[in-house]
Amino acid sequence: MTSLATSARVVRALGARSIRQTFRRPQLISPIIVFPTLLLAIQTGGAGAGIELPGFPPVQSFLQFMLAGSMMQSMMLAGNSGGIAFAVDIEMGFTDRLFAAPIPRFAIVLGRLAGTAALGLFASLWFFAIGLIFGAHIEGGVPGALLAMALVTTSAMGVGGIGAAIALRTGSASVVQGLFPLVLVVLFLSSAFFPQALMIEPAKTIAEYNPLSFIVEGVREPIIAGIDATQTLEAVAAIAGLLVFSIVLSARALRHRLRVG
Amino acid sequence: MEATAPIPAWRNNLATIAALMVRAKNELVRVPGAAIPGVLAPTIFFLGLNGVFGGLIHLGGFDTSSYESFIVPVSMLQGAGFTGAAAGVNLARDYEQGWVDRLLVSPAPRWVLLSGNVLAASLRALIPATFVLAIAFVLGAQWPGVDGLVICYLMVMAMAAVAACWGSMLALRYKSQSAAPLMQAGMMALVLLTPAYAPLALLQPWLEKVARINPVTQVIEAARQGFIGSVTWADTWPGLLALAGLLVVLGALALREMRRTNV
Repeated sequence: MTSLATSARVVRALGARSIRQTFRRPQLISPIIVFPTLLLAIQTGGAGAGIELPGFPPVQSFLQFMLAGSMMQSMMLAGNSGGIAFAVDIEMGFTDRLFAAPIPRFAIVLGRLAGTAALGLFASLWFFAIGLIFGAHIEGGVPGALLAMALVTTSAMGVGGIGAAIALRTGSASVVQGLFPLVLVVLFLSSAFFPQALMIEPAKTIAEYNPLSFIVEGVREPIIAGIDATQTLEAVAAIAGLLVFSIVLSARALRHRLRVG
Repeated sequence: MEATAPIPAWRNNLATIAALMVRAKNELVRVPGAAIPGVLAPTIFFLGLNGVFGGLIHLGGFDTSSYESFIVPVSMLQGAGFTGAAAGVNLARDYEQGWVDRLLVSPAPRWVLLSGNVLAASLRALIPATFVLAIAFVLGAQWPGVDGLVICYLMVMAMAAVAACWGSMLALRYKSQSAAPLMQAGMMALVLLTPAYAPLALLQPWLEKVARINPVTQVIEAARQGFIGSVTWADTWPGLLALAGLLVVLGALALREMRRTNV
């Protein structure tokens, strides 16, 4: 068997393990599905009248507008949960056993990221299903939905890389868990839940430059209007930057973990 | 030989409750990080909701021109909900580590053991509430008056007790910290399925219906009144009644779980 095939098997096995691990532990799956779904319902019901504000982009409903934000929230929390689970593996010595195995080290991290990406895909499917059940239209049709799912999945890999890097660097699940509030801060300071133009300062200005805003707009556009090349390219550029950043961070953290043991 | 008068049972019970509350306080002193998530979460929600949904105030229908004033009691109650749920998580951890078993073989009545946990959460809820309130004042929230502030804090403390009963009930039922998401999600739903973001008239019809039957709506209206207008008895008593009802129901359920818990 070639080394590439071996690596692919390792990535697949570890990715599948990480998905099973998430679905078996309520603490890991709840932030990805339960909380974003609950917030989607509450914010749609509570702030839905906001679509009548002058300057709100034309949308069929606030639920349609919010779907992208919920996918982003779920995707980011999937990255955080993946980091927590990775840190637990380090604390319990499972990662040490993997390091001692005759497999490429990068495949260990990639396996975790593959699992997080799959959870991102699951989250996007989940919220599309909820949107369709409750009457939201996907203006971009099937191609638009596929594009949004692809953007969410690759973003999950990028965010998961940051979670994995922090897990490798600190080896502590509680430190990674402590990032949970930071995830909320990044989300609130983006256009995930409301149009950036209608936000209050200083959140409005921060959201304008927050890379997450570019990603969320790229995911939202196919849902509320149809595929737009400019917004898609901006989202792809933001995701590419996120991926490069998280790969560099993970590689450095992996080297650190191998050095300190 | 001189006979020693027996210590009345009520004094023993009070001493046990005080000791359990001191234990909970010690956790805050010895593990300062333990209070941070409970303080951070409502603060982030307050700042985030204000920054994101603050523009809703232009819709009309709000009794105030300050969204900070409108939303701050919600964040304080949300902090109380998180703090109460954390009391449940701590009880589940105590069970996993065998501490609850030791308490159960003590001669202390079950209601005393539950009261210590619940009252500690009530006091602990003052920390996030005060922190969020201070930030709200910095951002320009309206001064609710002494009466409005007292009522708001009373609602916060009682809400934390309700959440602690809910958390304790689940902790004793599932006997695992894995139930933590259920404790938190339950409280989050209870506090936010109300006119939390906007007045009842501006809510979507389904949420308006849910909010009208959710008792916490009365609690939010009572806690909010001083921040958006004047304090009246008519806006206060429904909140007190709702909290009393929730405390009786959830307290009874938590006590039932505690009585069913065997060593």
